[in-house]
Amino acid sequence: MRVMAQMAMVMNLDKCIGCHTCSVTCKQAWTNRSGVEYVWFNNVESRPGQGYPRTYQDQQTWQGGWVRTRSGRLKPRSGGRVKKLFSIFANPKLPSMQDYYEPWTYDYEHLLTAPAGDDIPVARPKSLLTGEDTKITWSANWDDSLAGGNEIAAGDPVLRQVSDRVREEYEKAFLFFLPRICEHCLNPSCAATCPSGAIYKRSEDGIVLVDQDRCRGWRMCVTGCPYKKVYFNHRTGKAEKCTFCFPRIEIGQPTICSETCVGRLRYIGLMLYDADAVAAAAAVKDEHDLYAAQRSVFLDPHDPAVVAAARRADIPDDWIEAAQRSPVWDLIMRHEVALPLHPEYRTMPMVWYIPPLSPVVDVLRDTGHDGEDMRNLFGAVDALRIPLEYLAGLFTAGDTAPVRAVLNRLGAMRAYQRRINLGEPRDESIAAAVGMTGAQMDDMYRLLAIAKYDERYVIPAAHAEDAHHLEQLGTECSLDYEGGPGMGGGGPYGQGPFGESSGTPAPIQVETFHMLRERQTSDSFTDPGDEPRRVNLLNWDGKGRPAGLFPPRRNATAGGADTDEPGVIDTDGSGR
Amino acid sequence: MNVLLWVVYPYLTIAILVGGLIWRYRYDKFGWTTRSSQLYESTVLRWGSPMFHFGILMVLIGHVGGLLIPKSWTEAVGITEHTYHLMAVFIGSVAGFCTLIGMAVLIARRRLTGPVFAATTRNDKAMYAVLTTVIVVGLWSTLRANVVGDGYDYRETISPWFRSLFYLSPDPEIMAGVPVGFQIHIVTAFALFAFWPFTRLVHAFSAPVGYLTRPYVPYRSRDTRPGLRPSRPGWEGPPRAPRAQRKPDRTRR
Repeated sequence: MRVMAQMAMVMNLDKCIGCHTCSVTCKQAWTNRSGVEYVWFNNVESRPGQGYPRTYQDQQTWQGGWVRTRSGRLKPRSGGRVKKLFSIFANPKLPSMQDYYEPWTYDYEHLLTAPAGDDIPVARPKSLLTGEDTKITWSANWDDSLAGGNEIAAGDPVLRQVSDRVREEYEKAFLFFLPRICEHCLNPSCAATCPSGAIYKRSEDGIVLVDQDRCRGWRMCVTGCPYKKVYFNHRTGKAEKCTFCFPRIEIGQPTICSETCVGRLRYIGLMLYDADAVAAAAAVKDEHDLYAAQRSVFLDPHDPAVVAAARRADIPDDWIEAAQRSPVWDLIMRHEVALPLHPEYRTMPMVWYIPPLSPVVDVLRDTGHDGEDMRNLFGAVDALRIPLEYLAGLFTAGDTAPVRAVLNRLGAMRAYQRRINLGEPRDESIAAAVGMTGAQMDDMYRLLAIAKYDERYVIPAAHAEDAHHLEQLGTECSLDYEGGPGMGGGGPYGQGPFGESSGTPAPIQVETFHMLRERQTSDSFTDPGDEPRRVNLLNWDGKGRPAGLFPPRRNATAGGADTDEPGVIDTDGSGR
Repeated sequence: MNVLLWVVYPYLTIAILVGGLIWRYRYDKFGWTTRSSQLYESTVLRWGSPMFHFGILMVLIGHVGGLLIPKSWTEAVGITEHTYHLMAVFIGSVAGFCTLIGMAVLIARRRLTGPVFAATTRNDKAMYAVLTTVIVVGLWSTLRANVVGDGYDYRETISPWFRSLFYLSPDPEIMAGVPVGFQIHIVTAFALFAFWPFTRLVHAFSAPVGYLTRPYVPYRSRDTRPGLRPSRPGWEGPPRAPRAQRKPDRTRR
């Protein structure tokens, strides 16, 4: 047994309203740059729908993930090492820009510079690739909320697998949203297909990263990842992917997408797993067994033997303790309501999903039944084969039994909690019907419905002893990175010797760590407490009027009765 | 003049090549990439790129064989000059034309595909000019020697001179009598070597042969990250549209 820790995420799809806040904040944080205009590390897909890039789930076409060979071993679906090297000059299975979408901007300048005339000037869309006029025909969420109807939804590779009759039943189609980030797999096929060895899995927290200095732009990882979550920066010629916001995770903050999630549907926590068992589990013969196989790899952090093994593997005690409190462990292993996305790709993904019960409840309500009644719910879960089979196509390689069990549990929880809400006595038989106890129902309900920030995100910070290595703490001089101003370089956004896409990197600009922490956990205005009084408006939460927001008032010569009046700008600096 | 061209110049360019590579690796690992344009255009690339690359690899093997292996060695294992010459001309021509056609396809694609041309820097264009010259002149001299004349045995002249560079006792006199075509080919080739470290051609030095032996999934510890150096390059400011390509000499910035 070789214990390793993995930072993992669970998303509760019942709560996703498809607002795309996660996508937008992620884009602002990571991909609002040239070369990655088309890239969304986090995207929200409507289901059924084609996804982003279009039909990425169709592995017959895109050749992502692993296949099990006849001898029972795994090899990348797009080919082994030798084949990879021979196809290195032109990757035969690389999605084109059109499969994502052609990024564009608008010619806003024209609005200002157009000569006076009878017509109102318009800002034409311009391609960000060529600068020419372009026609906008697709984007990352073009088919949002089933826009485009049956024509586009029918292109959904998962729907196609389910059965033919489903496609004609568009009128009965159910809709839910699927937010996706990189899965940070236990058995990442992007890393396996990288000829340069630039993609690696961090041994401390399992985050999969691309070393930008080692990437040579062979672009095999784009094909290798079945979720198509590695992207090619077409300006720098390097692969980029979701980083699980590692600079934030390292100091105990959740990822940007989780932090800003309006529905609070994301959970982040540690999972301990047996690294020696991964290869065998990913190679089980029957695809339907992959869900169970992956669960069998996880190690119970409450088991003293596991704790001892984890200590031997140099996992610090606070990490073990965090693994014991992990909401992800609870949702996957204890309550058994979270499922992996496409286990059949054999990459052992580590962003799991609680499948949505709401399509079922909606149908019950629309047909005049009581959507909270357990018997109705159980019956409906069985009767509504379309959602069930579709969800199974997403989460369990087509095996409906685990999905049915999860939906029954969620249904039972609704029924159980409604009785409490209405003041009726607790009905243990409801819990027993899905193999749970009343107390466990309460726990699950608490975790799913009312868990606070600290319960949803249990993230142990990286060790204090190498804290000065961590970017957001930065006890070293922030100007002293190589090529920075402290070293005589050009500073942030500085130019390398060959223009914008070369040279050594500048560290990320960061918000004050303690201030953020305070703001997230306190209910009142937070005083930054740093002299001299200056307010970073980006950190200001809009509450109260922090000292320093306005310049200090000139000496109270004019009576000074009205203290609410902002001070006069102090031009000579004597007021300080 | 002879000494300048065939002694000083080669050593100078090789020094620039080696020094340049070290400098580039030290200061610009991030810029060390193929800068593939496949994302923009795939159909033509899938013909042109393998044709060019496999062709040039064969040409490389031919050059290594012809320049580094002394004639006496091949004759010692029983390959006569005539056999060697036939083989070299035949395989060399096939490889050479593969390279040439592949390159023509790639350059045409680069010029005619909007996004690809928009992503072509001035540096790229200069590199293409030098590379094309080297290949065309080399192919042309070989063909002329074999079609018009009855072959030119460069293994008697150029090869010993080339090897003498490595023995550090260069002999410029041999080169004086070499046909002009070959002379131009050699001079431009050394120019290309000097230019090499400063172009996208550096990707040739990162051919991923280690992939064949390494385990599929690499693990790396966070602790090995050196201080404040972890990467966040590629920041080029907010997206902006390249200028439309009405003028053919536009650059990326």
